[in-house]
Amino acid sequence: MSLLSVEDLVVRHGLLQAVRGVTFGIERGETLALVGANGAGKTTLLRAIAGAHQAASGRVGFDGADLSGMPSHERVRKGIALVPEGRRLFVQMTVEENLLLGRAGGRPGDWSVDKVLDTFPNLKPRRHAKAGHLSGGEQQATAIGRALMSNPDLLLLDEVSLGLSPLVVDRVYASLQGLISSGTTIILVEQDLNRALSVSNKVICMLEGRIVLAGDSKSVSRDEVTKAYFGLHRKAAGGVPA
Amino acid sequence: MSNQIVQGILLGGYYALIACGLSFMFSVMRIINLAHGSLAVLSAFALWLLASRFHIPPFLGLLIVLPLMAVIGGALQRFLLERSARGGALLPILTTFGLAIVIDNVLFEQFGANTRSLAPFIGSLSYDSWEWPGSIYVGKLAVIIFITAVVLLGGLQLFLTRTGLGRSIRATSEDPDTAGLVGVDAQRANAVAAAIAMVTVGLAGAFLGMRATFDPYAGATQLLFAFEAAVIGGAGSLWGTLVGGIVLALAQTLGAKIHPQGFLIGGHVAFLIVLFIRLYTSGLGLRGLLRFSTGKVS
Repeated sequence: MSLLSVEDLVVRHGLLQAVRGVTFGIERGETLALVGANGAGKTTLLRAIAGAHQAASGRVGFDGADLSGMPSHERVRKGIALVPEGRRLFVQMTVEENLLLGRAGGRPGDWSVDKVLDTFPNLKPRRHAKAGHLSGGEQQATAIGRALMSNPDLLLLDEVSLGLSPLVVDRVYASLQGLISSGTTIILVEQDLNRALSVSNKVICMLEGRIVLAGDSKSVSRDEVTKAYFGLHRKAAGGVPA
Repeated sequence: MSNQIVQGILLGGYYALIACGLSFMFSVMRIINLAHGSLAVLSAFALWLLASRFHIPPFLGLLIVLPLMAVIGGALQRFLLERSARGGALLPILTTFGLAIVIDNVLFEQFGANTRSLAPFIGSLSYDSWEWPGSIYVGKLAVIIFITAVVLLGGLQLFLTRTGLGRSIRATSEDPDTAGLVGVDAQRANAVAAAIAMVTVGLAGAFLGMRATFDPYAGATQLLFAFEAAVIGGAGSLWGTLVGGIVLALAQTLGAKIHPQGFLIGGHVAFLIVLFIRLYTSGLGLRGLLRFSTGKVS
């Protein structure tokens, strides 16, 4: 049974249908890259899985439970954590306070402030600095650390490289590689196709709210993904092959 | 003059106490609670009822009234304010305005228009004082109120910064959407914040009844003082509320020294000066400020 199963999910922003009948699944320990042009519906899909957007129709199942209608804070308790686009840190709070907030869901697990600081050593000297005073890379590390503090079974990462210098992105991805190796299940929204394909074992490409390509990262060529990205190659939407 | 300054600072403690709930609700829930003063008067009447009918002294009565106020606060947030907040920023203001009218008139219906006071139930504390050098008389009750305000504000500050629930409340006030995404139940955080605000209102109502008289329609004046102190101190800042309360009270006591009718006017002038400085420094500029004051800003 899939850890996460999304079935025929439709999400609207007012009159605009941002996600149009998306179906896919992800197994425990997998890393799924979700790619697509701006406005393809990737962020809306992640937010719908996390409960920040309520779906108009369809179903989100997680670890055997139906999450339909469940608010975001209860989904965190179930084991879903989202690192939102733009980090969305609490800028008036310190790094430590932001991390401790990740424990609000009350899920037991190994993650602690010290473990996050060991995973992201650049945060150690900034532990008591206000989040609003951090660099972009430090903010991203804090946002990922805050999500990890909820001891999630599924980590949703939305554009973690956005607005960061290549050097900082390398550091963030090096930390992510550690998480992936440890068996954390991840859905990663990423604009950089090479990075997305290199860290994931499955890939989904979205266009105009629909899945237009789905497959194993190793078997799908970069050219195929690029064509799907720009709408030159459409495949029928369906589940990700197991 | 030094006597006026001391009395002003002590009176500032009461204003800080009554303003802190208003400021707290605004900073966390972005709601300007126009029923704030009426709820303080409701608390004063509850204590008066316990003291006059059941012979429970006001300080002991607080053990009953404060939890009751907390429950009222949580229920108000859950069933009234949260729902009205979904209708935009104006609706909660109208809702709390309506609530104030309901509370005032229910109190009038139950207790009549007579003024009451809790002073007869606290013995000599209502008028006892210490004499300081320079013939300065410091009321014992005023000192208790001031210390209570400082302890309450300090306690709230510690609660917000050192506890998980406090951090959840701060996160909800900063970004409720993201707070939910990290596992904070924003509804619960807001309900707890409203309950805390009502406890502070209950305390302020108790001290209002001990240091002065009150009647069913006394809420509007208390709301005005709370609002002025909160704005002077910077709405949302706990220690700023104490500073705001002291500035307001100093302006009032100094105003009263200048002219017998100057007590209220002194406070209003201080409030207006701070308000105009805040608007001017907020980027409106002098021209924008003039347009704002003549109602030409859309």
